[in-house]
Amino acid sequence: MSAQVPADDSDSDAADSDAAGDAAAQELAARALDRVATREGIAVGVATAAYGLSFGALSVASGLTLWQTAFLSLVMFSGGSQFALIGVLAAGGVAAGPSAIAGAALLGTRNGLYGIRTAPIVGRGWLRRFAAAWITIDESTAVALAQPTARSSRRGFWVTGLIVFAGWNLTTFVGGLIGNTLGDTRSYGLDAAAAAVFVGLLWPRLRRRQALVVAVAAFVVATALTPVLAPGLPVLAAALVAVVVGWFNWAGERSVTEPGTEAGTEPGTEAGAEPGTEPGTSPRGSGR
Amino acid sequence: MTLWQIVIAASIACVLLKIAGYLVPAAVLRKPAPARISELVTVALLAALIAVQTLGSGTGVTLDARVPAVLVAVVLFALRVPFIVVVIAAALVAAGIRALF
Repeated sequence: MSAQVPADDSDSDAADSDAAGDAAAQELAARALDRVATREGIAVGVATAAYGLSFGALSVASGLTLWQTAFLSLVMFSGGSQFALIGVLAAGGVAAGPSAIAGAALLGTRNGLYGIRTAPIVGRGWLRRFAAAWITIDESTAVALAQPTARSSRRGFWVTGLIVFAGWNLTTFVGGLIGNTLGDTRSYGLDAAAAAVFVGLLWPRLRRRQALVVAVAAFVVATALTPVLAPGLPVLAAALVAVVVGWFNWAGERSVTEPGTEAGTEPGTEAGAEPGTEPGTSPRGSGR
Repeated sequence: MTLWQIVIAASIACVLLKIAGYLVPAAVLRKPAPARISELVTVALLAALIAVQTLGSGTGVTLDARVPAVLVAVVLFALRVPFIVVVIAAALVAAGIRALF
């Protein structure tokens, strides 16, 4: 079909033909970028889905039912928050419920910040934007902001978000089924795996000195308070460290441009194409 | 609270936070403090969760097979080993130590 287009244009003048040729070339280039975005989305999605197995198994080990585990993956759909919730519940049981909710929600605030960045690129219509918000996570944002054009950003966002959503729900459910048959998950090292997941989520965020200082302080505070406070509260107390340090900008680099203040922070522009240059809002694609 | 109430409340909170991002004007990002604090809170929570998940046992602190497993994970992440490989390696280290001792 497309081969007929130049043939039809052959009667028109040279300028039109050139314009059509340019448009076709641009469309080809845009499609090539779409394919790159799609490939990245698939790679990230598959990698993420793989460790959904460990979340599912750990979740049922922490006392949640299979259906509660599935509900978390379907609705909460944010790996860090999900691991935080079951971690606190595993340590403190239902009594630690308020701390578990607060921890999960605090970790979920970054998704809201991502949404500010991805809102301009996901497309129009409230239903589409509602769906986009639902799948706004580390991975979909990271892939979207790494693409060079607005169009390929949109493609990267949706491909990544939808593949991670499908894969994460599938593998956490299977993980829950497996977890129900495992018995003592400690003998499989799944508790250590959960700690390793948190290390992996934290690692790419430690590039700045201020983040490193906060991480060390939070680690020490949480460890020191664990024997003193009810389960869940040490984690929340550690978050206060971040609020204080962030508010006064201790150990910060004042000469550096502050996060999000650069011109052209629209996703898909040059600034948005470099994840990691704006620590305040940049997602990390390494995991959830 | 029941377990279901905890699960539902936490899930709804996380969804509402995501939706809020699409309703907030982009100008919010031009103020440095909210973005900086949010990023640091994420860092602090993750670091605290590492501490609790690695050292915590009930309401106490213990050193067990999780410690070497997490140290291995740190080294592997530093070597840029893929996420899922590191997670599996950490589980194997802890499981191996527990099987041996």
